[in-house]
Amino acid sequence: MDTMRDRFISTTSQLLDEDPRLAVVLADISSDGFRPAQQAHPDRVINVGIREQLLIGVGGGLALTGVRPVVHTFASFLVERPFEQVKLDFGHQGTGAVLVSAGASYDWPAGGFTHMAPGDVALMDTLDGWTIHVPGHPDEAEALLREAVKGDDRVYVRLSLQQNDRALPVTGEEFLTLREGRSGVVIAVGPMLGAVEEAVEGLDVTLLYATTVRPFDSAALRRAAGHASADVVIVEPYLAGTSTAAANDALRDVPHRILGLGVGRAELRRYGQMTEHLTAHRLDPASLRQDITGFLGGR
Amino acid sequence: MTQTTANTRRGGGTDRGFDDLGRLMSLMTGAEKHGPAATSTLDALWVLYDRVLRVTPETADDPDRDRFLLSKGHGPMAYYAVLAAKGFFPEELLTGFGGYDSPLGHHPDRVLVPGAEIGSGSLGHGLPLAVGTALGLRLQGRADSRVWVLVGDAELDEGSNHEAIAHAGPAGLEALHALVIDNDSATHGWPGGIASRFEAAGWSAVTVDGRDHEALHAAYTMAHPGRPHAVVARVEPKPDEGEPKVS
Repeated sequence: MDTMRDRFISTTSQLLDEDPRLAVVLADISSDGFRPAQQAHPDRVINVGIREQLLIGVGGGLALTGVRPVVHTFASFLVERPFEQVKLDFGHQGTGAVLVSAGASYDWPAGGFTHMAPGDVALMDTLDGWTIHVPGHPDEAEALLREAVKGDDRVYVRLSLQQNDRALPVTGEEFLTLREGRSGVVIAVGPMLGAVEEAVEGLDVTLLYATTVRPFDSAALRRAAGHASADVVIVEPYLAGTSTAAANDALRDVPHRILGLGVGRAELRRYGQMTEHLTAHRLDPASLRQDITGFLGGR
Repeated sequence: MTQTTANTRRGGGTDRGFDDLGRLMSLMTGAEKHGPAATSTLDALWVLYDRVLRVTPETADDPDRDRFLLSKGHGPMAYYAVLAAKGFFPEELLTGFGGYDSPLGHHPDRVLVPGAEIGSGSLGHGLPLAVGTALGLRLQGRADSRVWVLVGDAELDEGSNHEAIAHAGPAGLEALHALVIDNDSATHGWPGGIASRFEAAGWSAVTVDGRDHEALHAAYTMAHPGRPHAVVARVEPKPDEGEPKVS
């Protein structure tokens, strides 16, 4: 199976052929993959070099002229390093863009903490008007990307090497209800679905699948929670608790408890493989099952 | 479509001239006279809007217009005065400068100010935005539209400018023009000169007296085939007022 990043490159290269309004802005990362597209569209595949403030500023300038910019590099260099540019060069100007990151929380664990961005979604969540997609499969990433390039709004697409075995029919808006149960609601975000499904095997819980986390689908959570009291677990592939406040707001009229699972805040200072990092952050199926059953049974 | 208008008409439709700018600024400041720091951009802006930029209130949304991006958003009174003099908004707005209900803040907001191409205030955003604007116009085949961005010599301290300068030269962005207002306010100065930073990156660059309208016009209209162009406009050194004011 291809990776989400592979699919991003192939899909966007194809979209460049179809939509003259589209331009891709790169800062060296993935420039090899986009080389054929750059040869076909030299003015619309712009590689600014290793200059991430300029990467975002150029995206902002393109948007001011009516172009739809797709801006891409690793999450740590797309969101964290030039964050003030992200804040001012789109939202403050009243324009939009599609920001597409790779690298996620620990796609390259041997690369160490400099290439990990577990805080990207939390950071983007401080800004108004950004739609945030966290696909769990290349097919989902493609569907969300094709939708995102059509508009003029602000969209962040977070791609990862971690992915689920199967793709689901994501809409770019609602959470999907995968099954219904009586003893709690579990929300799996993007690439966490595979591990979460294994973790809740045989448990009497409702399972929601979220690939668009902002705006947060409050209605889906309220429906799943019902009218009595609700126990909710959110499993996110980035900083633990990133969506806890959004879920809390959704359930303001219902007594509830929320457990936010995800990547821990403490810097591990470990290299190795992604599976080792998932286990260290208790995001492997066995740890998830333990934490979910402990929380749901602990009323 | 107003393309023809954008390409043939400079200045605006009002009969206000350079001599009106002091009065317009006093509507914002209450002061009859303005020191050099408040007016460091005034001559450069006037010559640009009056004789060079192909944009008017009528063509402010024309995709083929010239763009002027005020990157150095601090001290925008001269900018607002020029926009009002050129008819982009009524001069009555100037009296509300900085007020809660006024569109005219101490840093401009493009969403609020008619004629303002960008919102600025945080230094170092305009030049990268201008590079993107020039690239966006180029990829749409809008070869006649020019992009101007005004930066301050102290603003050049921000590294984002140097990312933009280093990219625009090799990219051959002929439509791009940087106007640097140099009032010696950079804390550590620019040994070797500001123009040399641009020239080293492959730009055309010229340094002129920022109060001399004919010299400014000549510098603005120099040919620079295949290269972006920088005009460094020298004005009186800013009086030493300690660290920059936040407001």
